[in-house]
Amino acid sequence: MKHRERTKLDFGGLRAAPSQAVGSVRLVPLVRDEPIEALRLYAVPTHADLTVVRLDPRTVYTAYVPHALVVELPGHAQAHASAGTQLLRPRAAPEDVFRVQVIDRLARREGGRSGKGSGSKGGKGGKRGKDGGERLRLLPQHLALDAYLSVGFAGPNVVWPELSREVLSRGLSPRSESVSYGRDVPGLADALRVFELYPGQVGVLLFVADAFVSALVTPGPDDYRRLHRTLVKDMYGELVIQHAVLHPEVAALWGKIDGSAVGSLEALSQAVDELRRDWSAFAGLMASGLVQAELDVTTVQRMGGFRLQRFLPSFHPHAENHVGEAIVDGSGRLAYLQTFRLSAAQARRGRLLATLVAEDWNLDETAQALETSRDELLARLRNNGLGHILKAHLR
Amino acid sequence: MTRSTPPRAHDPVLTGLPVGGSRAAARRVEREDLVTFINAAFSSTGQREFYGDAAGQAISIDFLHEYIHGNYRRLYARCLAVGLNHFNTAKILVRLLATTRETLVGGNGPRAARERAAVTEAWREEGRLVTAALRGLPAPQAFRSLRALAEQRVNNRRVRAIVRQWLGERRDPDFDAVKYRGALRAIVRHFHLRPPPERARFLFEGARGKPYAHPLFEAYRRARHDKRAIYELPYTVAEGFAARHRIDRATFLAGIEPRLTVRERLRLQAASGREGVEVRADLDALTLTRLCSFVVTRPLEERRARAEELHGALRRAARRIVEQQRWRLGAVGAVLDRSYSSSGSEEKRRRPLALALAGHYLLREAAERYEAWWTPPAAEALAGASGEAAGEVPDPALLLEPCGSTDLATPILAALRGRAPLVVVISDGYDNDPPGGAGEVLRVFRERLDPEARTVVVHANPVFDANDFSPRALTPFVPTIGVRDASDLPTMLAFARFAAVDAALDGLHEFLQARVAEVTATVEPLAAGEERP
Repeated sequence: MKHRERTKLDFGGLRAAPSQAVGSVRLVPLVRDEPIEALRLYAVPTHADLTVVRLDPRTVYTAYVPHALVVELPGHAQAHASAGTQLLRPRAAPEDVFRVQVIDRLARREGGRSGKGSGSKGGKGGKRGKDGGERLRLLPQHLALDAYLSVGFAGPNVVWPELSREVLSRGLSPRSESVSYGRDVPGLADALRVFELYPGQVGVLLFVADAFVSALVTPGPDDYRRLHRTLVKDMYGELVIQHAVLHPEVAALWGKIDGSAVGSLEALSQAVDELRRDWSAFAGLMASGLVQAELDVTTVQRMGGFRLQRFLPSFHPHAENHVGEAIVDGSGRLAYLQTFRLSAAQARRGRLLATLVAEDWNLDETAQALETSRDELLARLRNNGLGHILKAHLR
Repeated sequence: MTRSTPPRAHDPVLTGLPVGGSRAAARRVEREDLVTFINAAFSSTGQREFYGDAAGQAISIDFLHEYIHGNYRRLYARCLAVGLNHFNTAKILVRLLATTRETLVGGNGPRAARERAAVTEAWREEGRLVTAALRGLPAPQAFRSLRALAEQRVNNRRVRAIVRQWLGERRDPDFDAVKYRGALRAIVRHFHLRPPPERARFLFEGARGKPYAHPLFEAYRRARHDKRAIYELPYTVAEGFAARHRIDRATFLAGIEPRLTVRERLRLQAASGREGVEVRADLDALTLTRLCSFVVTRPLEERRARAEELHGALRRAARRIVEQQRWRLGAVGAVLDRSYSSSGSEEKRRRPLALALAGHYLLREAAERYEAWWTPPAAEALAGASGEAAGEVPDPALLLEPCGSTDLATPILAALRGRAPLVVVISDGYDNDPPGGAGEVLRVFRERLDPEARTVVVHANPVFDANDFSPRALTPFVPTIGVRDASDLPTMLAFARFAAVDAALDGLHEFLQARVAEVTATVEPLAAGEERP
């Protein structure tokens, strides 16, 4: 059931409308000409201060989760959701969560291992309780962040002499990352408040100081209208805060009409349409860090004709690194997308761990793959907070 | 895509240095300063707006007042004659009265004498303008201004004369004493006024002491211990007593209903509906803008149910303004913004939308031929609302809600295609689909398609942009005017020609002079000894 591929996201059917900028925040509406009617999405507030997700009998994922997303297939009678990880909320009534039993055992693994973020948020949890039908619950962004946290989480399979006993016996647990709450990003709440929804808008690209931060895509305009406000409760990396603090204003982007080519009101009206079309291409360019990037996509879940996927970036240190989750239809078109941009430090950690895993935790081969020396690799592990995987004399 | 700054009302690059050297430059600066100030003073109220907070608004408008007052005192006073909004009128008159001393001219010799004569002449005009402006303010704001003077320890012959004169003209001073007791007490004490003994005792003793002969004063005294007496008092005063007696809201509203003023009735519509008490507002007693504010804040079902009634009241209110000001226009195209930003703020709920609706009704009454384009289009709102009742609404504009993005370019193009000689755009100036599209369209239109300006385009903006010290402009090629009340629209359209890039200062002076003459004709001058501070 687990299906991995390396691919780009398919933004087909979506186009960008002209942006709206307030302070340092720029929001680019995404518009879909034909909304995807076969899927509904809405947020369910969780009201919990801390959410603990049990991924398997021995692994829990702990985070502040402001809301879960419920995905529904309207008009579908048969139950499709299969279990992955399950969300256990303290005090949750069992029927809320587990009214329908988990069918698909395979998916249990899918949830992946995860770490625990103490106080901070860590990432993950795809949970689905399927109550009585074709519904899937997932914890937005956490599903993606869990994928990031689970890189190398299980620890090495080979007992290399350099590795500490700790990592050999327990893997990377506990593994935590800290992120910021949207409300703490200066100006974001204001920008979302004054944002004027575009007709037919189904998504948004969020830029802070014109650095691409995250994307949200929903199946239809109604879903987006419901989810617009949840952006302020989402997680953002430290880079976003830095940008928002350092650049209180972004430049306004104005298209210019070349007056010399205009001879009539009709020509003027065409020039305006031209201006509007330019936006679409331009926004694609601004978000090329996600749109053009090759991603490691894993399918987590299937439901109706749709697949729930999560993806990891290349972890290239000079590129934008976005993790995220997506629901795509049979032809690969995006129905739902939410991303989280890793900070530079997070990307570096991700790269080190991903390379270690790829090289079976062999330090020499890892150093070679990273085009560096063994000593340099040891220093990098230490500097990136991964020193504890090494024996004491190497730290 | 080019990266540039949004257009401003006065674009230094665009206008360049005028021919005629520094004197011409000074005149241009003077005109621009004045236009900026008048525009700001028409629209700003120091309250929170959709895009800006109250603190920023207050700092911005305070700076403008200080700047104009410091540099052009006489023109500053003359601004009182143009009909600025109450907030700014009150600010100006307090500032003028509080700083009279600065205008005293010392020294002997012919030059000082000449200056002194000029200043005396300016005082004379200022005194009459302030008297007239004070008369035009609503009572709460007038009392607040005078109280501010008392708190600033301003006291001279001129202020005393003006205060005395204003108080002497009040219709019911005893009622004022009850309703504005705190303010009046501060004023009486500071300016050493001598009200009749019973009113003086009421002001300073209030409910303590012996019974009063005056029924209202007596009701106030009894209200402390007698629940029934509070219903004889004005609503704002009674409300405090009701809280003290723990009278529940429904009972209180039912009892006080006959005492409510027109605007209190309007304000209490929602509360009374909730409590199940009927408080009916007389729609015909309201001004057009207030009526529009009322309409656009009603729920859709109510607007649909009362559509005929509201439509009639709006038309009558618009006609009253048109007839009063004898305002006639030829063909007019209107571009009206009902995007999400027209929802205003908590303090100014849906004010921009109300202004657009008021402009819609007003222009229709004033024009021979009228066509309106809403953005997003009004038809969308109707299509969205359940189709059944749509046909029966006399004007779809009644059912508009603020939502969606702002595409001004398309409706402006449509309006220009209509070839009306006057196109009025009512919008907050935030144009985001595409950003700056409206400005570009208007620029190219003026430069390429209509260089002789056969079509006049005016942008009326109900929102003061604190960062820009003026209402946000679409493009420097089109004059932007600030509007707070739709009944100012005729004045402001006349004023718009001074806001154009190439306007002359002389015209603006004449405009002001004419308004001053009009206003001061209604006021007798202060007595000879009292016109100087």
